[in-house]
Amino acid sequence: MSEIVTTPPTSSTGRTLRTEEMILNMGPQHPATHGVLRLELVVDGEIVVDVIPHIGYLHRCFEKHCEHMTNYQQVIPYTDRMDYVASMTNEFGFVVAAERLLKIQVPERVEYIRVIMAELQRIASHLIAIGTYGIDIGAFTPFLYCFRDREKILDLFEMTCGARLLYNYMWVGGLSHDIPPDFIPKAKEFCAYFKPNIKELNDLLTYNEIFVKRTANVGVLPADVAINYGCSGPMLRGSGVDWDLRRDDPYSIYNKFAWDVCVGKGEMGTVGDCWDRHIVRAREMEQSIRIIEQALEQIPEGNVQAALPKRIRPNPGEVYARIESPRGELGYYIVSDGSATPYRIKARSPAFSNLSVINEISKGAMIADMVAIAGSIDIVLGEVDR
Amino acid sequence: MSPQEILERLTSKFPDPAFGIEAKLDAQVDPFIKVSPQHIIEIAQFLRDDDELQFDFLSSLSGIDLKGKLGVVYHLFSIAKRHKITLRVEVPTDAAEVQSVESIWKTANWHEREAFDLFGIRFAGHPDMRRILLPYDWEGYPLRKDYQVPEFYNGMRVPY
Repeated sequence: MSEIVTTPPTSSTGRTLRTEEMILNMGPQHPATHGVLRLELVVDGEIVVDVIPHIGYLHRCFEKHCEHMTNYQQVIPYTDRMDYVASMTNEFGFVVAAERLLKIQVPERVEYIRVIMAELQRIASHLIAIGTYGIDIGAFTPFLYCFRDREKILDLFEMTCGARLLYNYMWVGGLSHDIPPDFIPKAKEFCAYFKPNIKELNDLLTYNEIFVKRTANVGVLPADVAINYGCSGPMLRGSGVDWDLRRDDPYSIYNKFAWDVCVGKGEMGTVGDCWDRHIVRAREMEQSIRIIEQALEQIPEGNVQAALPKRIRPNPGEVYARIESPRGELGYYIVSDGSATPYRIKARSPAFSNLSVINEISKGAMIADMVAIAGSIDIVLGEVDR
Repeated sequence: MSPQEILERLTSKFPDPAFGIEAKLDAQVDPFIKVSPQHIIEIAQFLRDDDELQFDFLSSLSGIDLKGKLGVVYHLFSIAKRHKITLRVEVPTDAAEVQSVESIWKTANWHEREAFDLFGIRFAGHPDMRRILLPYDWEGYPLRKDYQVPEFYNGMRVPY
């Protein structure tokens, strides 16, 4: 790859130095891998030749645990712990799958509350993604701004279900609690407060000269490669593919709202570079606010629990249902044998497939760019390893 | 295209019974098509490259223990055509080998490694058939229904 050195380099004492490729370990304990991930880099000088990800450090046998539950509802706390920065959407995916298997409809109020929660969660998750990405690149301040705003979303969750991170809020057939009376005014207040902050965040980070230099034209992921590797979410949209499950394979009540799908256009460099993935996340937060505002206006009164037997026994059969989580296509494949225990549950986590493309987009990059590339994928290792 | 139309297109392309195309369209909730594990790669190639079908997105590939048999389930979607289909192959547990579709959809690379790791299904033609989630020296395949947790792993007691 680099044929720059023609004669072997020597030290000042005249000793000839070796110039072969070497292995550099990034992680498993490394702040820029966002969890416990080991990237085995084969480097030729400063240039990355090969990236071999080693995952599984957080494997907790989610799928095996599910096969030992005595009720479908018991699976939900486990789904919380997969993508622990976006627990609401994990639950959402599971309940959508289970309800499709049971062929039940939930009350309309439940759908509205779920959409509001899922979109608030998307903003919270993207704020972490953007904040920590700033830190990866060397910008510390945006991180504090992001966490300040995320805190307000966590406060909304806390007043609803008591938990700030792992909610166990969406149940099969409904919700654990109705929203408290002052939730709607507080959520509206948050939307009004947060909208100008997105612009502030973009001024501070997204269009920052140094940030653009570090991310534009780095880690370019072409659209066909992204599709072939099963990338989804901001990763796929950053490559210019106009694909969002909320619009293209509608679940819940997303077809009732007006909003736009954001795609990367290569404004600062090439379509599908790290900056495009970042801007898709930043713009999605604006769209999420739009959805939340409409949902808060339209939310009907009603019950938050569908009539369901205490022990759910779906008919034998199987279902694959998928939702758009903050990271992409979160799918649950559930097989029922007719008993109250799930026969098989597989979680198709978006971060797992998104991470698998890292070797493809890192070849030929500098070691310093590896941090920018890994951060732009926005992995949560709890979800990769399950 | 509906699952019925996809099935018809598939059977007209592969009329030979060796391909083992068998539909379960009346199945509860999600219909699926069963195919032969020896021919999955040709079928996959056709599904991806056919102009009418264009299944470019392998959403998920899951192993499943069917008690005596092991199965691999492919959830396919087409971003261009916006339709979906589920394929399934079944192999005996003691000779669990399926052709790899890694060369068709790269998603399969990690998903097949996961199925190998947790179910012990070998994928012929896979370039990198290693364990992915469990330690490389782990013994046994945990998601099989008859799996027994080993008492020790490298001298450490496993059940806690």
